[in-house]
Amino acid sequence: MSATTPVPRQQKSAAFEYLTTRKDEFVGWARKFSLFPYPFVTACCAMEFMSVSSTLYDTDRFGAALPRFTPRQSDLLMVVGTVSHKQAPILRKVYEQMCEPKWVIAFGVCATSGGFYQNYAALPGIDKIIPVDLYIPGCPPRPEMVIDGIMKLQDKIAGERHPIINQDF
Amino acid sequence: MGTGENLLERVQASLGAQALETGMAHGILVLQITAESLVPVAGRLKQEFGFDLFLDVTATDWPQRRPRFDVVYHFYSARDFVRVRLKTQVEETDPTVDTLVPLYGSARYMERECHEMYGIRFRGNDDLRPLLLYEGFVGHPLRKDYPKQREQPLVPYRDVKP
Amino acid sequence: MSLPPLTTLPNPIRPAFTKGLTPGSVIVNIGPSHPATHGTIQIVAEISGERVVRTDVHCGYLHRGFEKECESHTWHTLIPYVDRLNYCSALINDFAYCEAVEKLMGIELTPRCRHLRTLLAEYSRIADHLTCVAAALMEMGAMTAFLYLVTIRDYVYEHIADLTGARVTHSYGRIGGLARDLPDGWLQRLEEILDQMDTFVDRVHGLVDRNRIFIDRMRDVGVIATAEAINWGFTGPILRSTGTPRDLRKDTPYLSYGELEFEIPVGIKGDNYDRYYVRMREIDESKHMIRQLIDMLQPGPISVDDRRCTLPEKQAVYTEIEALIYHFKLIMDGIQVPAGETYSAHEGANGELGFYLVSVGGGVPWKVHCRSPSFVHMGGVHRMLDGYQLADLVPTFGSVNMIGGECDR
Ligand code: SF4
Repeated sequence: MSATTPVPRQQKSAAFEYLTTRKDEFVGWARKFSLFPYPFVTACCAMEFMSVSSTLYDTDRFGAALPRFTPRQSDLLMVVGTVSHKQAPILRKVYEQMCEPKWVIAFGVCATSGGFYQNYAALPGIDKIIPVDLYIPGCPPRPEMVIDGIMKLQDKIAGERHPIINQDF
Repeated sequence: MGTGENLLERVQASLGAQALETGMAHGILVLQITAESLVPVAGRLKQEFGFDLFLDVTATDWPQRRPRFDVVYHFYSARDFVRVRLKTQVEETDPTVDTLVPLYGSARYMERECHEMYGIRFRGNDDLRPLLLYEGFVGHPLRKDYPKQREQPLVPYRDVKP
Repeated sequence: MSLPPLTTLPNPIRPAFTKGLTPGSVIVNIGPSHPATHGTIQIVAEISGERVVRTDVHCGYLHRGFEKECESHTWHTLIPYVDRLNYCSALINDFAYCEAVEKLMGIELTPRCRHLRTLLAEYSRIADHLTCVAAALMEMGAMTAFLYLVTIRDYVYEHIADLTGARVTHSYGRIGGLARDLPDGWLQRLEEILDQMDTFVDRVHGLVDRNRIFIDRMRDVGVIATAEAINWGFTGPILRSTGTPRDLRKDTPYLSYGELEFEIPVGIKGDNYDRYYVRMREIDESKHMIRQLIDMLQPGPISVDDRRCTLPEKQAVYTEIEALIYHFKLIMDGIQVPAGETYSAHEGANGELGFYLVSVGGGVPWKVHCRSPSFVHMGGVHRMLDGYQLADLVPTFGSVNMIGGECDR
């Protein structure tokens, strides 16, 4: 780390800008194919989740198959199924335990908005308590829909900025 | 089938005196009893007549009626394949019945559920912690006067900017 | 990101014990989001070394207010909620609920509907057992067996989707009938799938039945005796695994079960291995029943001809005013069910699945209560966990097959 004050950003050379953009693309490309999902599986949608991760649909093709069963090792939180108010603190805790960068998929309408459970027990959508990157509608969504959702998330990751190094670099 | 119906007739004949009302409904013998005679009747059902499987306990809420709640029990005989329903009425001010835990282990969990959903107290069941609901939930959601959408969130909601 | 601080998170449960009985013991918390237990369940266990001394089982993490939700829907529009009780075998729930309403209304089903319901219920039961066995095996590390079973289960789902339009949650039952008749070629495909299933299930038998690791983890683990099982209200495969042939399909025949020939598989001592084997044998019996039912199916109407519950023909709705009015009334006011109460039970994939309905007349139920086997099993599951190793918790739990939707409702 140099002792001089950082150079203001606009004075960076064009070559540096070019490099950071390329770096973002490169990191995005790497990250989008190494998603480690943490399945936060609660309800009926789990049945489809099982199908998606097994032979016929096989999310392995998208680099998103190997579930990590601890939130600390995963970077994709898949909330599969209804989250009730009783479950909400647990979901929140799991989310906090994950390291950055992290993404969240709301799988099924229950996770998206509470679905057709609009009553005292069910949380009306997990985005009430944690930020969500992608919603997959359906009750339960068909496996094709899930695969589509994962691909959309990959596009999103590829297009994101990935600040792993700061501007002093 | 014959033995099962015979059994129900025998039950009706011998427990009829302890019941306020008896009758058959859709193949199930229904006994309307007082809250005091619940444990003796259930005990005789189990010991004398072989109703060994305790299926279910729940309650029905009739807000306009006094007494307000029906507590409903279902028993099944795994030997004769028939069911008996016991019904007893309790007041809103004192919704207490005796527990059936000494007779049937399965009553423990089901009474817990009935307690949190309707606020029925089961005297003698020492474990009436919330089961399907959570600590800190106020009210009894299946009572008719609990609004369906009254939520009691445990986690404060995020303020999402639209 | 503006998340409220974490320190305010309350604990939703209160454990029954926080101190161990013996000095060396430790209290561990397992779940509710734990990779090795399927279903959201929380177990607070006191362990001494590797041995589980006592457990406190908490369910309710999937409580979705089923009964409350039912009270604000008409008798017909709550069928999708019923589906999501036991989502592994949604059709059994559908038919059990419909039969309870039909009892209240005094409706007699048409023969084709009866046979078809029986067939689909058995088909659903197969899917349920496949899921249960697959998940239990996966939790023990038998990934290959899992993939085999889920593959065949996927064929079943896809096939049911041809008929009902949905893979998991079908909403196919209707009061007094079924949503629609079989599409062309459905039965041929059914036979193909049954044949394929033989192959896949045989492979799983070959992989695990005599497998030393599997036997060591399953035999003599989670044992429960008949008397105790009955005391704790156990029904279904768990009760049968203790050696008691109690099955509502045989004991109080409903639908077409009285006309079918089948056996009730029972276990020897009520351990995990027996529960696994009873489920596998039930798959065979269900296949046998389905094959008989395919032969019994005769053409005919699938819904009763009863104005009180069956929607009129779509063509008639467009052309006749009377049919239009009936259609409108049935949709807007719902089916008018006479006042009364009933309890009706079917043999669900996990045990006695009962519906206790109270009607005060009119289109909306006063009360719909579900007697769900999983919930009752959770009340007594500690009897199968206490005294065994901590690692045994996983296969025992897998073989009990707790279904969150049904348990917590
Ligand atoms: S979205 Fe539908 S299938 Fe998924 S958990 Fe909710 S109710 Fe079940």
